[in-house]
Amino acid sequence: MAQDFRLDTVGLINRDKKLSFEFNGKNYFGYEGDTLASALLANGVHLIGRSFKYHRPRGFFGAGVDEPYAIVQLYRNNETEPNVKTTEQELFEGLKATSVNCWPSVNFDIGAINNFLKVFLPAGFYYKTFMWPKSFWYKVYEPFIRKAAGLGVASIKHDKERYEHKYEYCDLLIAGSGPSGLASAYAAAKNGATVILAEDKSRFGGTLLTSEVNIGNQTGKEWVENIIAELKEMPNVTVKNRSQVFGYYDHNMLVMSEKISDHLPKTRKYHPKQRLWYIRAKEVLISSGSIERPLVFGNNDTPGVMLSSAAKEYLKVYGVLVGKKPLIFTNNDSGYETAIEFKKNGVEPIILDTRKEPNSEIIEEAKNLGIQIKFSYVVVAAKGYKKVKSAEVAKISDDKNELGILENITCDCICVSGFWTPTIHLASQSGNKTKFDKDIDAFVPGVSKQNETTLGAANGTFTLAETLKESFNAGYELSKKITKNDNKISHPIVVEKNKTTHDKFWCVPLPKGKNYKRFLDFQNDVAVSDIEIALKEGYRSIEHVKRYTTLGMATDQGKTSNLNGLQLVSNIENKIVPEVGHTTFRPPYTPVTIGAIVGREVGKHSRATRKSPLHSWHEKNNAVFVDAGVWLRPRYYKQGNETLFEGSKREAKNVRANVGVCDVTTLGKIDIKGPDAAELLNRVYTNAWLKLPVGKARYGVMLREDGIVMDDGTTTRISENHYHMTTTTAQAANVLSHLEYYLQLVWPELNVNVVSSTEQWAGAAIAGPKSRDLMQKLFPNIDASNEGLPFMGYLETKLFGATARIFRISFSGELAYEVNVESDNGNFMWEKIIEVGKEFEIQPYGTEALSTLRIEMGHVAGSELDGRTIPYDNSLEGLVSKKKDFIGKRSLNRKAFIAEDRQKVVGVVPLDKKTSIPEGSHLVKDANAQLPNPKLGYISASCWSVEHDNPFSLAILKDGKNMIGQKLFVMSPLKNITIPVEIVSSHYVDPKGERVRS
Amino acid sequence: MLHIKCPHCGMRSQNEFSYGGDATVKRPELNKEVSDQDWDNFVYNRKSLRGKHLEFWQHLSGCRQWIKVERDTATHEIFKTLKANEDI
Repeated sequence: MAQDFRLDTVGLINRDKKLSFEFNGKNYFGYEGDTLASALLANGVHLIGRSFKYHRPRGFFGAGVDEPYAIVQLYRNNETEPNVKTTEQELFEGLKATSVNCWPSVNFDIGAINNFLKVFLPAGFYYKTFMWPKSFWYKVYEPFIRKAAGLGVASIKHDKERYEHKYEYCDLLIAGSGPSGLASAYAAAKNGATVILAEDKSRFGGTLLTSEVNIGNQTGKEWVENIIAELKEMPNVTVKNRSQVFGYYDHNMLVMSEKISDHLPKTRKYHPKQRLWYIRAKEVLISSGSIERPLVFGNNDTPGVMLSSAAKEYLKVYGVLVGKKPLIFTNNDSGYETAIEFKKNGVEPIILDTRKEPNSEIIEEAKNLGIQIKFSYVVVAAKGYKKVKSAEVAKISDDKNELGILENITCDCICVSGFWTPTIHLASQSGNKTKFDKDIDAFVPGVSKQNETTLGAANGTFTLAETLKESFNAGYELSKKITKNDNKISHPIVVEKNKTTHDKFWCVPLPKGKNYKRFLDFQNDVAVSDIEIALKEGYRSIEHVKRYTTLGMATDQGKTSNLNGLQLVSNIENKIVPEVGHTTFRPPYTPVTIGAIVGREVGKHSRATRKSPLHSWHEKNNAVFVDAGVWLRPRYYKQGNETLFEGSKREAKNVRANVGVCDVTTLGKIDIKGPDAAELLNRVYTNAWLKLPVGKARYGVMLREDGIVMDDGTTTRISENHYHMTTTTAQAANVLSHLEYYLQLVWPELNVNVVSSTEQWAGAAIAGPKSRDLMQKLFPNIDASNEGLPFMGYLETKLFGATARIFRISFSGELAYEVNVESDNGNFMWEKIIEVGKEFEIQPYGTEALSTLRIEMGHVAGSELDGRTIPYDNSLEGLVSKKKDFIGKRSLNRKAFIAEDRQKVVGVVPLDKKTSIPEGSHLVKDANAQLPNPKLGYISASCWSVEHDNPFSLAILKDGKNMIGQKLFVMSPLKNITIPVEIVSSHYVDPKGERVRS
Repeated sequence: MLHIKCPHCGMRSQNEFSYGGDATVKRPELNKEVSDQDWDNFVYNRKSLRGKHLEFWQHLSGCRQWIKVERDTATHEIFKTLKANEDI
């Protein structure tokens, strides 16, 4: 089956390999090397979707990154991706795509009624119409707009593809492999620089693949192939296709998205789908070329109206005719190149040139080929709904204000060329102050801010000879600066046809009595009339006009629309374009998938997972794990069908009755050494540390300079100048940084070293009335009596030959010990404890039981030390030294901190002794008070007291000191709960602390 | 992402560092009388400068040294990096 619009021999596609694909349920075929766009065009398909606002038919406008219309929902290997540009998506066997933004089908679209309602849908329409009443926005308007105006649909499935990140350094990063990119890369590479050359398309060469030029006796295409082949062989050069440099960030860091598998039916095994490159380049060469500007006329969004450069690319690269009766509408010489290509391939084009009598080599050639040319002519409007059928044309007066008699020309496509806009996005992102070039009616890069140089068409240089000259030189000079080498290559002789100046005219006036829509932004349906309304309504700043009208805001980011929009604003405002200025270019230059940005950091890899050396034992013993910071800790050890509540209650009870063991490896540990270690601790902690004897531990609280509690823990004096500090699991890293800050910056005279030793030690807390008997049996060589190892005592011994540190400290409020051994011996220690503990009815306990035990004992922890409380609030004021100075002390006498009714931690018990109190609930005096009910405090932690067998909570309560015995209410409006409670002491169990000292 | 020259390790990416605030603020000496105003200035009050700014950074995922960085807050240009005990 032949393709109606495919030429027999022209193009760079592989005609030996047919690929079948499906669009909107219909089967087609294309060839290897096609894009989805070229394959559809080869099959004569021009209707791709519906427009954003008016649901007008949409076809193809460009052939690459600038495409505003032809986006589809892509299906590949059981995945779907929205808003894929057909002009960038390479064809693969079995590709499936559907239109976006049309319902029920692209041919019959209900939303198209908007097209007839267009008088009601002007600029700012959403803002004006849907603002009142407010509640309607969420319930009525927004869902409706979303359905009607949405683009593609994102998949809600987990993306199984792999995305990689890569960091790279180079001397020169060159963005774009057109003539300027190739020439500069070649010159720099030959001069010994490390070069990365990036091309967003699959084929290298840019415009050289479509232009009729001769470089050093080779065609453009041959020259490209030879240079690329040579560059690929050089060890100092990385050549990447399908790679878009999309962002230019600080300190010459650029980010590039490499599409590795998108052009394949399925990602190959061990290959990622895409790779994101973070490239730190010494010099950046921006050779991103230019994008053709549209000319603006009536119904210029009709399928079949497209850029003349795109028509040429479809023909020369893909062997596809976008039409068989083409009308070329141009204000410069570029349109002639397209016309000549049509003519050479047996198609008769007609050229409409807005200029009066231009003269150049290329115009001569077109004349000589017998192409029909109408000078001083414009297209007034495209005719046809789903496809161009003809064009309404007219002669235009020399002042471009008056149209002659309207004539009709039959045609099946209109190829427009409104001259060229340099692609200055990367330069602008880097901070380059761009300037307006009157000769080309466009912005070009000005003074570089970072080490960036823009070359060729992106720099407003539109002849090949000039481009190559400036690019060879730049590649040589910049590489010389870096490598100090001096290998200069000779420049080839360039043959190209000269061109004459373009016409500044770009927007065709409306004929009398006609109100054709003349579109500026094709993807967002912004027409000339919308800009006019915005300006009439008082919008002046181009940034405001952009947001009000949505000009240039869609997935194409206005690559084809921005400049015409600016020109229009300038014309209406009677300003020149540079005064209006352009909107900010922000990365990314083209849409980047979230997958590529996230890379491998998905699911459980989204952050580090740290496991204790005892983890496998916990797993084997049915531990249910919980995230504690980055650590995984056993929450409880499940027996049978136990719930969390039942299991943790059993474990906590067993600690109170017998003995339990808890993995406390995750606690932060900091090793502190040096003659001034005691002095450091004395300054960091609120209590006194200078007289702590060797072999003793002490509990300490540290503050921030603003007086807020930062962390707490015990620190033990191992030897004269050696201390072992423990921190909470969550604050470990911050405390180390905090100590380093003071040691390095504030008190460098202190002779102290600190280092994290969290990973070096495995820790087990052994708690309960039978813990002493267990310890004595586990360590027969020590004296475990209250005299031999008193509360807050420390000793070092051996556990079957392994070094063991024993601390008599307690978090549970029971008689308790903490044993540390080197991490490698952790499992051995744990198994020994369980084995020896059997006769004492030992049970391991998890974090839930641990919390229960500390809450009912009234020990404050992370939920009270939440970055908002001072020592007094936590009943830790007894640990605040009056005699010495320490970090944060000066802040503690601030008015609010010493207020009589300052908040304080208290215990809370429900009056019915049954109802559990949700954490985060508020405490109020009167449950029926008018809202907002004054809040007296909040519940910080809740548990089921195993000692009293009823619910118990800790709360931070205003004037807590004087509230013991009061009856209040706990309210949780979110859960619609009101619970009458009594305020009690926070020490609900063993208030005198006798057990820990027993 | 900034490129910061650690005076101990050399050029490294910003993600190895953490920011530590204004390096010109001096902590009042211990055991000395400090007025409320001076203390507030030390703890809370910071100038949000546009332009050259001397600040502390810690090479957290590197040598763990606190360093001084002279940076332009508007352009991110880094003029100089110093060891903790060096002055500009």
